[in-house]
Amino acid sequence: MPTDTVQDAPQGQTLQGQALQTAVTPERLEKISAAAYRIRHHALNMGEVQGQGYVGQALGAADMLATVYGDQLRFRAEDPHWEARDRFLLSTGHYAIGHYAALAEAGIVPVEELETYGSDDSRLPMSGMSTYTPGMEISGGSLGHGLTIAVGMALGLRYQGSSARVFNFLSDGELDEGSTWEAAMGAHHHQLGNLTAMVDINALQADGKTDTVLRTEPVTEKWESFGWYTQRVDGNDVGALLAAFDNAAAQAATVGRPSVILCDTKVGRGVPLLENREKAHFMRIEENEWQICREQLTAGYEGKASA
Amino acid sequence: MSTTTEAPDTAAAAKPKLKTSAMIASFADPGQKTSNAPFGHALVKAAQENDKIVGLTADLGKYTDMHIFAQAFPERFFQMGMAEQLLFGAAAGLAETGLVPFASTYSVFAARRAYDFLCLDAAEPNLNVNIVGGLPGLTTGYGPSHQATEDMAIFRGMPNLTIVDPCDSIDIEQAVPQLAVSEGPTYLRLLRGNVPTVLDEYDYTFELGKAKVLRGGNDVVFISSGLMTMRALQAAKALAAHNVDVAVVHTPTIKPFDAETVLKEINTDRLAVTLENHSVVGGLFETVASAVVTAGVGKRVVPVALPDQFLDAGALPTLHDRYGLAVDRIVAKVLAELG
Repeated sequence: MPTDTVQDAPQGQTLQGQALQTAVTPERLEKISAAAYRIRHHALNMGEVQGQGYVGQALGAADMLATVYGDQLRFRAEDPHWEARDRFLLSTGHYAIGHYAALAEAGIVPVEELETYGSDDSRLPMSGMSTYTPGMEISGGSLGHGLTIAVGMALGLRYQGSSARVFNFLSDGELDEGSTWEAAMGAHHHQLGNLTAMVDINALQADGKTDTVLRTEPVTEKWESFGWYTQRVDGNDVGALLAAFDNAAAQAATVGRPSVILCDTKVGRGVPLLENREKAHFMRIEENEWQICREQLTAGYEGKASA
Repeated sequence: MSTTTEAPDTAAAAKPKLKTSAMIASFADPGQKTSNAPFGHALVKAAQENDKIVGLTADLGKYTDMHIFAQAFPERFFQMGMAEQLLFGAAAGLAETGLVPFASTYSVFAARRAYDFLCLDAAEPNLNVNIVGGLPGLTTGYGPSHQATEDMAIFRGMPNLTIVDPCDSIDIEQAVPQLAVSEGPTYLRLLRGNVPTVLDEYDYTFELGKAKVLRGGNDVVFISSGLMTMRALQAAKALAAHNVDVAVVHTPTIKPFDAETVLKEINTDRLAVTLENHSVVGGLFETVASAVVTAGVGKRVVPVALPDQFLDAGALPTLHDRYGLAVDRIVAKVLAELG
């Protein structure tokens, strides 16, 4: 699919009034790639502590999470409830392992706390919940909820004169849910230009490949026909992600078209051992493999960085 | 045809058959004092004092009296279309930003269709989302697609949720501002259109979470909620002609339940009867029964409630008579119980 290039992005101000970044500079690329590497590393560590987890999804979505937290969201790490913050809604509760890693990277959750993931009395349960974790805006997990809540948040923020933006992270599996499309219609009807959806298209669901479970393609045409400003990118290409988010920011407005960034990702990305393993919603990793995973991740990252 | 377990009124068969009226049939008696759209007007009044209040509906504004609010505050009203999952997910999102949403649809759609969204998006984070459900229990003749005969049974299991079953326009007018300021989500069993005004004749004010004794009586105690409190009061008057002295306790808040007041009234020698516009399963009767058993009170309780069935379509007076909610049926049941 063609990716909108940075050259297409108009000059101007974002909804937040920040000067618009219109160039994917080597500095931005390096910063976000490094953050994505650390998010993957955190996720492997958390997975090892638990002996399991949705590591494959976290690795696949790490570039999306690094980009939105490292480059787009306005927040105050020391004050997660800061009223003017942008909202990031994790609809896919089971991606919490990746989200916690991003929250640690953002300084909202201490890195040391990540090892409590999934343990009794931890603030970091297996499925993300707003009542447990600072920076977790909603309790996801029952799929197809996030975008409906995002519509209400975007309406509420706009009604109260806020220029904050709302970002909803959802998965391609959630496109099975009718409520997602109710919300897609609602966002367009109410002209929620302050809303951006990011869809992780890893083409994998609990029972198998998406096209064998319930065919959702053509995804791009669906969102376009629902009236959204639609971009589709390689979700593991940080440069493409930055450019797409720049385009979305450039056209964000209090009243305008909602924006969706469709991100094709690879489960297990960055760790060849897992990339090549038979794809499973819940990936089994043997006790002795975690160290191999970390070594492969680091070798890949350093190889790319020095290339 | 009829799936009722009770014998049809053979006298009625000779008369011309009543017709099912519009979707929302009035249950007001001819000539009864009524108030128009009490919910809509109460919400406007509350919103004048609290700019955080907003309104939403799912293509049923006119049918839930939400249109009154929409006309008064167009910029604070959000039409969500015929999409109940979006309606309540978005209501939760609005509440997340500090607003106080009132979201209306029919009770059947709120309870049956959107439960997951209310449960996880509004109740689990304990947000101030106010669900307004039209056509609770048997208040339409359109059949099971619109008759929310089990809405309280569905909603009672939801932690954090407050459930209010108002009797009349007075209850609704006084409940709305209290729901707006109460913490956490609420569910109001809406009565709309020309709603009877009944409780102004009694020394009564609505207090969220409280049951009130409307009248005393030595022989029988009625524990009632919703429009059945109106019927309970009418039945009490009719039973006086039979020298039966009936007390009426109105408990508009089903959850949290005022067990203290109700148990005090039940734990006497009087015949105890619950009256509700709801299935006998999971509503007021079982709420009272649970309180009675938990307190170790050895007391029989007689339910006046809808049967555990999908109900017939038809004219509302026909159906209320068929399923035992009509005053004559209540009187007959009490006299039979008293022997």
